[in-house]
Amino acid sequence: MALHIDTEISLLPSGHLSPREGDLFNIDAALTEEERAIRDSVRRFVDERILPIIGDCYVQGRFPKELIPEMAELGMFGANLPEEYGCAGLSSVAYGLIMQELERGDSGIRSFASVQGALVMYPIFAFGSEAQKREYLPKMAKGEVIGCFGLTEPDAGSNPGAMTTRARQQVDGSWIINGAKMWITNGSQAHVSIIWAKTVDGDESGKSVRGFIVPTNTPGFTAKDQKGKLSLRASDTSELVLVDVHVPADAMLPEVQGLRGPLSCLTQARYGISWGAMGAAMACYEEALSYSKTRMMFDKPIGAFQIQQVRLADMITEIIKGQLLSLHLGRMKDLGTFNSNQVSVAKRNNVNVATDIAREARRLLGGNGILAEYHSMRHMANLESVYTYEGTHDVHSLIIGSAITGLQAFK
Amino acid sequence: MKIAVCIKRVADMGARFQIGADGASVSDAGIKYDMSDFDEWAVEAALQLNEKHGGGEVTVISLGPDSAQETLRKALAMGADKAVHLKADRIPFDGFAIAEALAAELKDGGFDLVLFGRIAVDSAAGVTGAMVAELLDMPCVTAVSKLEVSGTTGTAERQVEGGVETLSFPLPALCTIDQGLVTQARYPSLKGIMAAKKKPMESKPAQLGAISVNVSKMELPPERSAGRIVGEGAAAVPELIRLLQTEAKVL
Repeated sequence: MALHIDTEISLLPSGHLSPREGDLFNIDAALTEEERAIRDSVRRFVDERILPIIGDCYVQGRFPKELIPEMAELGMFGANLPEEYGCAGLSSVAYGLIMQELERGDSGIRSFASVQGALVMYPIFAFGSEAQKREYLPKMAKGEVIGCFGLTEPDAGSNPGAMTTRARQQVDGSWIINGAKMWITNGSQAHVSIIWAKTVDGDESGKSVRGFIVPTNTPGFTAKDQKGKLSLRASDTSELVLVDVHVPADAMLPEVQGLRGPLSCLTQARYGISWGAMGAAMACYEEALSYSKTRMMFDKPIGAFQIQQVRLADMITEIIKGQLLSLHLGRMKDLGTFNSNQVSVAKRNNVNVATDIAREARRLLGGNGILAEYHSMRHMANLESVYTYEGTHDVHSLIIGSAITGLQAFK
Repeated sequence: MKIAVCIKRVADMGARFQIGADGASVSDAGIKYDMSDFDEWAVEAALQLNEKHGGGEVTVISLGPDSAQETLRKALAMGADKAVHLKADRIPFDGFAIAEALAAELKDGGFDLVLFGRIAVDSAAGVTGAMVAELLDMPCVTAVSKLEVSGTTGTAERQVEGGVETLSFPLPALCTIDQGLVTQARYPSLKGIMAAKKKPMESKPAQLGAISVNVSKMELPPERSAGRIVGEGAAAVPELIRLLQTEAKVL
């Protein structure tokens, strides 16, 4: 008896497709035609624009900002936000596929898009006034205004409630902000920052935290790149210092108070990261697979040895599992039923398996694997940052632990 | 300008092909399809012409099974305004049968310019465009690498051996587009992909002409046999030359 599947999107919207080469598990069958078209368009952009230059960018420690206008033209920034603000209005799955493809290029490129879209455009969209949305979102979608997200501080990482940045309201309603932020992607390139600050003295839990839209050319605001990174080298990571930064009353995001604000942004970004990590893993797997078929040793391709086949089989299996995890999460996100515990499961798992896949691919490549001309070691090093940012692997373990036991292990 | 672009859905040429069960076609299994490269450049050329002159309308037309609609939607996503799907169970090899179906669709369309790719990358016959021009009684310029329009006159450049020739012709006309006219077709933007769903797509049976040419058999090239190492260093040269002369007979 055939089951009647009565959902808006069938489980296999492209069920007529036979698995094409490179898609062992026929994941394409689970994507709509638009989702596949979006994925393919971004994939071509990454293949033609990013892959040829990214190795050099990484070695030089340079973010390829010349690509920003083209990425904007394609519609990659805030792609899941509505068209009325100049965005593409895509589904969460389509958005996830963009992140996957960008990170197939490099985690730094995906980080740029995550910060612009999920950490700056999203809070303006979700918590901003109508005037703030009209002012910023269309320009940010066009890439004319670049944003950064200031939450983490030198002494407040996994525990953002311990932040010391302070915004003090003046008698005229304006605000003066003092503090320092660290590990801020895009910081030195940004035109505008979202700064999270406490607004009440003696607030230890962070319930007085508010978000402020602070133009980076405001007097007292400085951003300096953090040097000496061995990971995410094709991305700008900065330290922000705010000394008596004076912003008007309407710089504050009116619709949210407390850590729910920044944390809900992170939930958005982490969702995208769960897809992105699979993109990095795919790049490593595909490189390793191709190398295994052409690299001859003992008179046969190394892919003919069982040890490499086990490696490759493990890699593709974990990629398939991770993609299905993100896909299911994305469908729930579009239905509005997903929660942050589920995002923790996907971010934690997918980034973790991606780090393993990148390392195994690096090893399969032998001596060549340490060269920037190949991609795996770059991804391997990048993924160490991805493992650590946006909620460390360990913190996500504790979030999941808390969700299943009902017992808080943070403090 | 009203421009029509005829496009074909073809297998991704990077794929590993297998012969279908009938021994005369390519097996569908595991193959990814996309717009033929030359056709993509033709769509790009049409979009650029209208952007340059302001206004106008680009109609894309494709003949084939329902899957051709996906390729038409890609052209719509790139910026074409409307699409016509000429439905056929399969795309026949006979270019004239296809040309008759396309000409029937194009003849009352009032197009100033009809564009084709120079060849379809799968069949590589390169005849359909010229046949359509004949059926529509239009001037035809093939393998165009640069195209300008001024009023009702078109100017086209063609790359010929060792140089470039420039031709002029009255509109309406038909051109087939070669590589070089555009360095690259645009990426369908994400908004374009979403907007494509809302653009008009008409589907109707293709009025194919009589099919008189059919593929009777398809074969994969024979596997290359393994190479042979004749010897090492300069000492091996005389033996290599001898074998190239007597065995391979290439010297």
